[in-house]
Amino acid sequence: MYQYDDYDRALVFERVAQFRDQVERFMAGELSEEEFLPLRLQNGLYMQKHAYMLRVAIPYGTLSAGQMRTLASIASDYDRGYGHFTTRQNLQFNWIELHEVPDILERLAQVNMHAIQTSGNCVRNITTEAFAGVAADELIDPRPLAEILRQWSTINPEFLFLPRKFKIAICSAKQDRAAIMMHDIGLYLYPGRDGQMLLRVIVGGGLGRTPILGLQIREGLPWQHLLSYVEAVLRVYNRHGRRDNKYKARIKILVKALGIEAFAKEVEEEWQHLRDGPAQLTDAEYQRVAGAFVPPDYRTLAGTDLEFGTHLADNPAFARWVARNVQPHKVSGYTSVVLSTKPGPASPPGDVTGLQMLAVADWSERFGFGEIRIAHEQNIVLPDVPKSALYALWQLAQEQGLGAANAGLLTDIIACPGGDFCALANAKSIPIAQAIQARFDDLDYLHDLGDISLNISGCMNACGHHHIGNIGILGVDKNGSEWYQITLGGAQGKNSALGKVIGPSFSAAEVPNVIERIIGTFVRYREAEELFVDTVARIGLEPFKERVYPKALEVSA
Amino acid sequence: MNNLLRMEAGGARIVLDDPWTLIRAPETGSSGEMLILPLAHWLESPSTHAVWLGPDDDVESLLPWLASLPLIALDFPTFRDGRAYSQAYLLRSRFGWKGELRAIGDVLRDQLSHMRQCGFDSFAVREDKSAEDALKGLAGMSVLYGRSVIEPRPLFRRR
Repeated sequence: MYQYDDYDRALVFERVAQFRDQVERFMAGELSEEEFLPLRLQNGLYMQKHAYMLRVAIPYGTLSAGQMRTLASIASDYDRGYGHFTTRQNLQFNWIELHEVPDILERLAQVNMHAIQTSGNCVRNITTEAFAGVAADELIDPRPLAEILRQWSTINPEFLFLPRKFKIAICSAKQDRAAIMMHDIGLYLYPGRDGQMLLRVIVGGGLGRTPILGLQIREGLPWQHLLSYVEAVLRVYNRHGRRDNKYKARIKILVKALGIEAFAKEVEEEWQHLRDGPAQLTDAEYQRVAGAFVPPDYRTLAGTDLEFGTHLADNPAFARWVARNVQPHKVSGYTSVVLSTKPGPASPPGDVTGLQMLAVADWSERFGFGEIRIAHEQNIVLPDVPKSALYALWQLAQEQGLGAANAGLLTDIIACPGGDFCALANAKSIPIAQAIQARFDDLDYLHDLGDISLNISGCMNACGHHHIGNIGILGVDKNGSEWYQITLGGAQGKNSALGKVIGPSFSAAEVPNVIERIIGTFVRYREAEELFVDTVARIGLEPFKERVYPKALEVSA
Repeated sequence: MNNLLRMEAGGARIVLDDPWTLIRAPETGSSGEMLILPLAHWLESPSTHAVWLGPDDDVESLLPWLASLPLIALDFPTFRDGRAYSQAYLLRSRFGWKGELRAIGDVLRDQLSHMRQCGFDSFAVREDKSAEDALKGLAGMSVLYGRSVIEPRPLFRRR
């Protein structure tokens, strides 16, 4: 993991002091609500329905055991004993008192953490995939460049008041688990013929009101130009992005208005002024940062473990968990484990208690190298677990409610906090997730259905990424009551696609029945072991509509 | 202008005798000496007056006049509009403007350090705010990871 030096530490502590002063001036009436708003947002602080919410940055989803323990202590000392992991690999505390925020930030700073730019119209947390550095299909470890980008974008004075928020993701594996097509800038890192690191630059992706997949503006950019190229994109966006309407202010609207060729030309022209200048990355800097991400001291383990094999054969529940929640590792004898935060109706997706956080921190040290990852799917990942330790870990995870064998299954629901917390939401998300989880509580059946992603957003800002769920559920407001619109066929990754709306929306009570009918249709038409998303692509929406809206069809017939 | 801060050798100070008058709308009295005129108006008859640009104005249009202009001001219609930071960058780092670069409009204490880093060297603090209080916002933080007009080298070249 990246270790802070004196510069990094000075920055986070000075930032805490600066914000402490701003909070005091706001509370004393010297700063108006309007003046204070962007200051608190750029320190991660939102005003929600019931209280302030603090979003803590977890850069590219990587945490140490010590940092996780600090998050647990904040949950118990300043919140109601839990936190919520987000789709952008961050952590949100929901019940925060304004006057305590500087103390919370100070506690974070003591363990090299912060909440800087987790909100506001600026460059947000740089994200990558949860298995960076350990995935068997990884090409290059993306974390050093993610950290370099994090530093460069942190309090970069020219780009703190952009037209709108700006999200950058980087990935470098055969599978895209960082959803780079859905970001303002998506970076795909890959080796060139001579082994040199190259970047494919994608711009203008995003969900929200206008869901669009990103478009490529540059292929084969040598890594040394990463910062100058991103600077060129940001300067073009800062100068020319729309500011008259917040719903038209993301870079995707500018890219669409200019057309991708004209936008790319603007960026290239700007970049010609910057290339080969002081922003050009040096080998020394790459090596300095990459040195923090050297592989830990892996033991030499056999690819198979006898005892592990016995447990697999004897215990079907364990075997099922291994099949779903254990990922291949680049080092022989090791695996990466997904601890599901979706046990079912008992706990909302992404919510983790302080006690669970402490347990995870302990497991990361006992079974791994004290490192923890947060996945885009709101689950927790232990990246380095030997096969021989999986059985013991599984038992402990089950005791703590983190052992659900449902990674990638229908009940591994991605959901935003929704109307229970969020001031923007049109409708609740959590009760919908819980009702679906309650309806599909037969794990054997879920395993037979295979991979199905189900995403719920409580409004069109799309924090639950409903557009890219195989099944997407969007909360909408109709004359003051909560309704849910359903999309099918969305996907993330290399074959990213936006789901299509199947028809009129449903009341909350109808949603579990509708999902059941959709799944029933899938089972009826599925060929062999076909994935849900492939069946939808093959047969189209009609068979699903027929089953979900039978009466409407009778009328039109 | 009143309520003005200016960077000078050794630090910033409150300027009490600034000779410039900001003319927002030229119709309402554009006579007198040492005026800061809107770009469109100034371009109609380039003069020894100074010029101010709004965020929609093109900084490139000043290129022929940079050798003779006495002062350029950039407007923040609201402090949440960040375009003037990029305009300042272009004027200083690309077009080589060495003269006074003044921030006008919604100029507030908590953004002054960003403005300073982007090359502004005078700051017309919003009239209802205390210039003395605003002085405290100029220093900002001791660490800049990236780069700026006044420090073109990113931290990794200084570390």
